Amino acid sequence: MLGKILERWPVYRQLRDGAPGTGREAMSRRTLTLGPKNNGAEIARSICPYCGVGCGQLVFHRGGRIVNIEGDPESPISEGHLCPKGAASYQLLHHPERLTRVKYRAPRAQGWTEIPLERAMDMVAERVWATRERTFIEEQDGHLLMQCHGIAHLGGATLDNEENYLYKKLWTAGLGMTRVSNQARI
Amino acid sequence: MPGLGTSFGRGGATTAQQDLQYADAVLIMGSSMAEQHPIGFRFVIKARERGATIIHVDPRFTRTSAMADVWIPLRPGSDIVLLGGLIRYVLENDRWFHDYVVHYTNAATILREDFKDTEDLDGVFSGWNEEQKAYAPDTWLYEGAPMSPAGSERHHHSKESGGHAKDRGGEAGQLGQFERDETLQHPRCVFQVLRRHFQRYTPEFVERWCGVPKDQFLRVADAFTSASGPDKTGAICYAVGWTQHSTGVQIIRSAAILQLLLGNIGRPGGGILALRGHASIQGSTDIPTLYDILPGYLPMPFAGKDGAAFEKYVSMHTTKKGLWASFDTYIVSLLKAYYGDGATKENDWGFNWLPRVNGDHSHFGYWLEMADGKLEGLFVMGQNPGVGAPNGRLQRTALAKLKWLVVRDLVETETASFWRDSPDVQRGDLDPSEIETEVFLFPAAGHAEKKGSFTNTQRLLQWHEKAVDPPGDARSEPWFIYHLGRRLKERARLAGGRCNEGLNALWWDYRTEGKQRDPSVEQVLQEINGWRTTDRHLLDTYTELKADGSTACGAWIYSGVYAGGINRAAKREPHGRYGHGWGFAWPSDRRVIYNRCSARPDGRPWSNRKALVWWDAEKREWTGHDVADFKNDKAPDYVPPDGATGDAALSGTAPFILHPDGVGWIWVASGLKDGPLPTHYEPLESPFTNPLYPGRSVNPAAKKLERPDNPYASSPDSRFPYVLTTYRLTEHHTAGGMTRTLSHLAELQPELFCELSPQLAVELAIRHGDWITVTTPRATVEARAMVTERVRPLMIDGQQVHYVGLPYHWGFRGLVKGDVVNDLLAISEEPNVRIMETKALLCNVRPGRRGDGAEPPWP
Repeated sequence: MLGKILERWPVYRQLRDGAPGTGREAMSRRTLTLGPKNNGAEIARSICPYCGVGCGQLVFHRGGRIVNIEGDPESPISEGHLCPKGAASYQLLHHPERLTRVKYRAPRAQGWTEIPLERAMDMVAERVWATRERTFIEEQDGHLLMQCHGIAHLGGATLDNEENYLYKKLWTAGLGMTRVSNQARI
Repeated sequence: MPGLGTSFGRGGATTAQQDLQYADAVLIMGSSMAEQHPIGFRFVIKARERGATIIHVDPRFTRTSAMADVWIPLRPGSDIVLLGGLIRYVLENDRWFHDYVVHYTNAATILREDFKDTEDLDGVFSGWNEEQKAYAPDTWLYEGAPMSPAGSERHHHSKESGGHAKDRGGEAGQLGQFERDETLQHPRCVFQVLRRHFQRYTPEFVERWCGVPKDQFLRVADAFTSASGPDKTGAICYAVGWTQHSTGVQIIRSAAILQLLLGNIGRPGGGILALRGHASIQGSTDIPTLYDILPGYLPMPFAGKDGAAFEKYVSMHTTKKGLWASFDTYIVSLLKAYYGDGATKENDWGFNWLPRVNGDHSHFGYWLEMADGKLEGLFVMGQNPGVGAPNGRLQRTALAKLKWLVVRDLVETETASFWRDSPDVQRGDLDPSEIETEVFLFPAAGHAEKKGSFTNTQRLLQWHEKAVDPPGDARSEPWFIYHLGRRLKERARLAGGRCNEGLNALWWDYRTEGKQRDPSVEQVLQEINGWRTTDRHLLDTYTELKADGSTACGAWIYSGVYAGGINRAAKREPHGRYGHGWGFAWPSDRRVIYNRCSARPDGRPWSNRKALVWWDAEKREWTGHDVADFKNDKAPDYVPPDGATGDAALSGTAPFILHPDGVGWIWVASGLKDGPLPTHYEPLESPFTNPLYPGRSVNPAAKKLERPDNPYASSPDSRFPYVLTTYRLTEHHTAGGMTRTLSHLAELQPELFCELSPQLAVELAIRHGDWITVTTPRATVEARAMVTERVRPLMIDGQQVHYVGLPYHWGFRGLVKGDVVNDLLAISEEPNVRIMETKALLCNVRPGRRGDGAEPPWP
């Protein structure tokens, strides 16, 4: 009886076996059954979303949920390394402040209200259309302009190439917006 | 990217991060690479382990300095003095690489007789128009280049136009004809003009105005320049420490000149690596969400100028020689990608549906319009100007003048919440009950919740796969733009009319997939890559593009990313020195561009040690460690036949294939708005007047945009005796929207601090850890004092100059909060790219917290 109780005590096992205390002798029954959280997870190959170095990331996911994000050892740029920001990118996608609903603030309102996504899209389309109708200039001083001058865009350096492409295509080639800018300068 | 773009032809880093390990010296300046790009810095360490000398030039001692062999502090804003000093050192001590300079640069090209240098005109080049505050660059052209009729097309150098495109003024078309003196002795050849221009940048001058002791400067000059030549190379790394100045582009030009003189471009272990702060900031310039360019650095048309007619637009931007000779194929294919079947030869491919630019429509240009109540709506996607942009008070309060604002982000940023909890509301500058602005805050998808490609700092496109759906109502950008576009196109279809013709024609029939109906991102990348319009066959490279409407291509420089029908950005099979098979580097998977320079004119490597690509005389093709940035079967002895055009008009020894003369531009005859050569000017706020040209203290073409809500100190100004510089930390990302809500990172860097020297701390009776306030004419912020020897006063012109440093990540939201440092900055515009000056301005520092009346009043 006492032997069995002692047997469950890691210090006893360590003294008995003369082991350093870093192997099985230090484990409880529960910890013996634990495996890495990545076990059995699917892997999506990804790229760190922070700076321009472009470190490779492995996104481990299971059942529609991300379980972990690690450095990709095969990336010729990062060879598995990530900096503090890249290493924290699991948290970037999973933290209490993360937005999941559309928030709307009406004129002169003191706070937000949540509105449905499709309704928000309709409202934005309506605003864009009305402003464009009000502020579209086909010609000015005898020169062709075809410009919607009442709407502007900011942002792009954190977005994908395909996203920047679609924004420029719709904003400029479609709507006639020229006031389009992002973080990139030089 | 005009600094690199005009010098070499393409606006991107010339090399790959991995290539740094082959350098014999690495000069890091305008960057704290170990802190801002820590994983890329591994390759600098590898170079050091192989015996390279690492040099760090920076006002502050950082972790980069700690890992360098040499650190030299210099006065913020004196970069061109130091780099000009290095250029002069190279010329006067014969450290330049003779054969490279003669064959691969325009050093031998002869300039016009009527050109006048800043040394002749006391601080301006010839062509300066004081009234318009702009240059007419005709006198900067090569001798023998024909002038355009009456110089009438030089409009793009007007103050409104942008500078991202390759050739704003259309002069480059004239540069295929020139005279050369390969002895470099002609008094008007570029080499001699350069020598005279930098004659006053002596080691003594550097010591006096940078605060770098002469012996230190000479040691660094010797270390870097002796690590270059046929069997050695040196690399230069920079970041926004160079770009965010009123002379930003010209600082990079100085580096380009230095590297061309030393023969370091296009060679292994050489080059200029522009270090970029966002995952796809290179991509967002290549495929721009910018006002002055279209994808692939094609210029946006300007009203009444090149925008008057398609024929005029094409003829102005087409060169006779080099890759821009095919300009018509790039623009017609883009218009086919935009407007599909609606783009026909008869309607000039829909060119007249494109809007014309008619002013400064950059961020700062239109933000001032917004502040003046001239804009109605704004979209902000993954950017946080309420914290990240200069003069934050103006940035935030201008938002209150909008009718509506749409923000898409992962969190509620300070930009989205300007109307409720900003310091402007607390101060009473804004009253929520009076703000009419409607605000829509959309939850965005994170990088692992959508697929797409980023283009990293070395022009490498890397695809990221989607792991899971975004949570709740969060959606990807393609979802948002596609479904918004669908709605707007439906309205346009019903409304009709001239203003909706383009929107109606816009090709928008993307496939949708998944339960959220995301548009197919692969299909978008295929459109970017280009296809034959007849059968949608994907193109292999931009040379297949046609100007007859038979090809569509969203960005000619990215063509090849879907070659053979395979998404090469998603490839994950790296091999060889540069990881070919992992991602896709534009152009055409070339990892070190201009690499024809790595071989002698006759096609053999300069040395075995520095072999990169070379001519295989048996197979009659270029071969080596990289894809040749050269027509693969163009022999070194190729001489263009008379009347040849395009790439065929460039000889077998012309490595800079975008340039009409095929060489690297020490001298930029076309494309820059503030001069063909760099010149030192003081920052817009400085304790000194320009020692070179007292009458021209600051870059004459830069814009201060001074107004009551964007005031400046005078130079010098007794109210603001100290120099201020701003910077970033490893643990936070730019304006903090992606880091301040993460507990792991917030804990690592919880609080705003201000670095100041022990000497200044004694003078002001400030102890380490005390609260202090920093004031400029724009704002006051409070921070904890970080008293450290990492910053130290410098002796400038016999006078002690103190400077302080502030990281700028904090704001009024997130787990860790702090004053917005960018409130201290002025909105200002460098002439070429309209970047603000953040690295050198004037401030005052006082002990104590921000309190009553300490802040400058808001107009």
